[in-house]
Amino acid sequence: MAKVLMKGNEAIGEAAIRAGCLNYFAYPITPQSEVAEYLVRRMPEVGGVFLQGESEVAVGYMLFGAAGAGARVFTTSSSPGISLMSESISYIAAAQCPVVFVNIMRGGPGLGGILPSQGDYLQATKGIGHGDCRLLVMAPASVQEAVEMVMKAFPLAEKYRNPVMILGDGLIGQMMEPVEFPDHLKSEPSNKDAWATNGMDHRKSNTRNLVKSLFLDPVVLNDNNLALKAKYDRMRVEEVMSEPYNTDGDYKGLIVSYGTMSRVCRTAIDMLKADGIEVGMVRPQTLFPFPVKAVEDAALKPSCTHVLSIEMSMGQMVEDVACCVKGRLPVSWYGKCGGDIPTPEEVIGVVKERIA
Amino acid sequence: MQSEIMFAGFGGQGILLIGKVLAHAAMEEGFEVAWIPSYGPEMRGGTAYCTVVISDRPIGSPIIKNPLHLVAMNGPSLEKFAPTVKKGGIIFINSSLIAFGANRDDIDELRVPAVDIAKELGSVKAANIVSLSAFVARSGIVPMETLKHCIKEEFSKKPKLIPLNMDAVAAGEKAARNQK
Repeated sequence: MAKVLMKGNEAIGEAAIRAGCLNYFAYPITPQSEVAEYLVRRMPEVGGVFLQGESEVAVGYMLFGAAGAGARVFTTSSSPGISLMSESISYIAAAQCPVVFVNIMRGGPGLGGILPSQGDYLQATKGIGHGDCRLLVMAPASVQEAVEMVMKAFPLAEKYRNPVMILGDGLIGQMMEPVEFPDHLKSEPSNKDAWATNGMDHRKSNTRNLVKSLFLDPVVLNDNNLALKAKYDRMRVEEVMSEPYNTDGDYKGLIVSYGTMSRVCRTAIDMLKADGIEVGMVRPQTLFPFPVKAVEDAALKPSCTHVLSIEMSMGQMVEDVACCVKGRLPVSWYGKCGGDIPTPEEVIGVVKERIA
Repeated sequence: MQSEIMFAGFGGQGILLIGKVLAHAAMEEGFEVAWIPSYGPEMRGGTAYCTVVISDRPIGSPIIKNPLHLVAMNGPSLEKFAPTVKKGGIIFINSSLIAFGANRDDIDELRVPAVDIAKELGSVKAANIVSLSAFVARSGIVPMETLKHCIKEEFSKKPKLIPLNMDAVAAGEKAARNQK
């Protein structure tokens, strides 16, 4: 298919349809409302459903119900909306249902602002809901990558029977870039007859499937949590994605940055190179699982003296970066949030002050 | 090689649309492009602006504080953004609504009475296309033919508007060529 110029939010909606998702439940919130605007028009064309819930809390349980019945389903929201859904995300993870969540982050905490931010890193990767639950989290840095990640998210959610989140900042949603949609989704055959409450007649079976998150017997609860842990450990082995930049030669410093922020850093790295200063970068594409080995290996290159985590948040990812470096090198943070995106010149200033 | 063009004016002047048309035309020419809107808590009649980045290699930072060119459709936009334009860039001024200049001697100032021209063509709404066409003619950033093709595509669902907008392209191009 030829390239088309599309807004990130619209491309995310189209990508979900092309991934075979015909159920979209959501509640509008800036800066992701164009997904709903796009799908309210597009879903009926493909025989799908867009249903607006009365709140994000309701939307979370609409997703749970549909996923439990074996439907491919997704939602999009932005930071405060995701907080309202977080209870249901924990239930969905406990009951092992596949749902795709897209969080186009805005500035926080509280109502914050509507401009791009990466302030939900810790929430997405470590504290999405109560109990021992985790999400697989992917962070796109372009509209094209947002499309690819959305299309990948559905099979991954089904492979692990676990919620998957696309964590984009407001700019990824609002920006227009050329995109090319992959023709077909590579998807494993569905195993949902084994667990979904999709009707015994339909699957010609006498066993009832049960989707639930209540396990009053402590041994059974522990077993369920061990099963969840085994999935999260498997994600750490099988699903890690990251992209290196300018790491072939010797570099004095290493930047770790994701999403829109990583693009600003890429420009800064090019400008520094022209100045004779070499800086490498690792861009995590999955935030959970975090690319521990890629960051550790890049940081331990003998020429590297300092590792900088650059974020549109007040120092969240830097905790994961420090875990990778294990005290062997200085690790520091630089960032801004809530729409005041650092410029390449500001990044260069920080690099020169701390590294060069 | 990378160019950044900022389009700025009142909400309702079709600022975001002409930015999108230029980004589309540059994409058709094989360039990497990004279109970045301002999306504050805007209201109708408030300010609207967007930036288009056109590059021959993957675009890094989409945040542009100093664009190469500016298309200013109203006075407040010119006042605010003229000082940010890079040396050697073009500053397009919609002189129907802006009585003053960019006050810079290191840029190429192009003054076109876009609103008056559009009124003569039959609709003030075409002032944005007049302006875009004048800017494209002056800068040569994409071929005029590609621009026309993309404007036709933009209005493909409202074909009645295509002749008016083709007149607007011709008038904008002529206005730019008539000015040294």
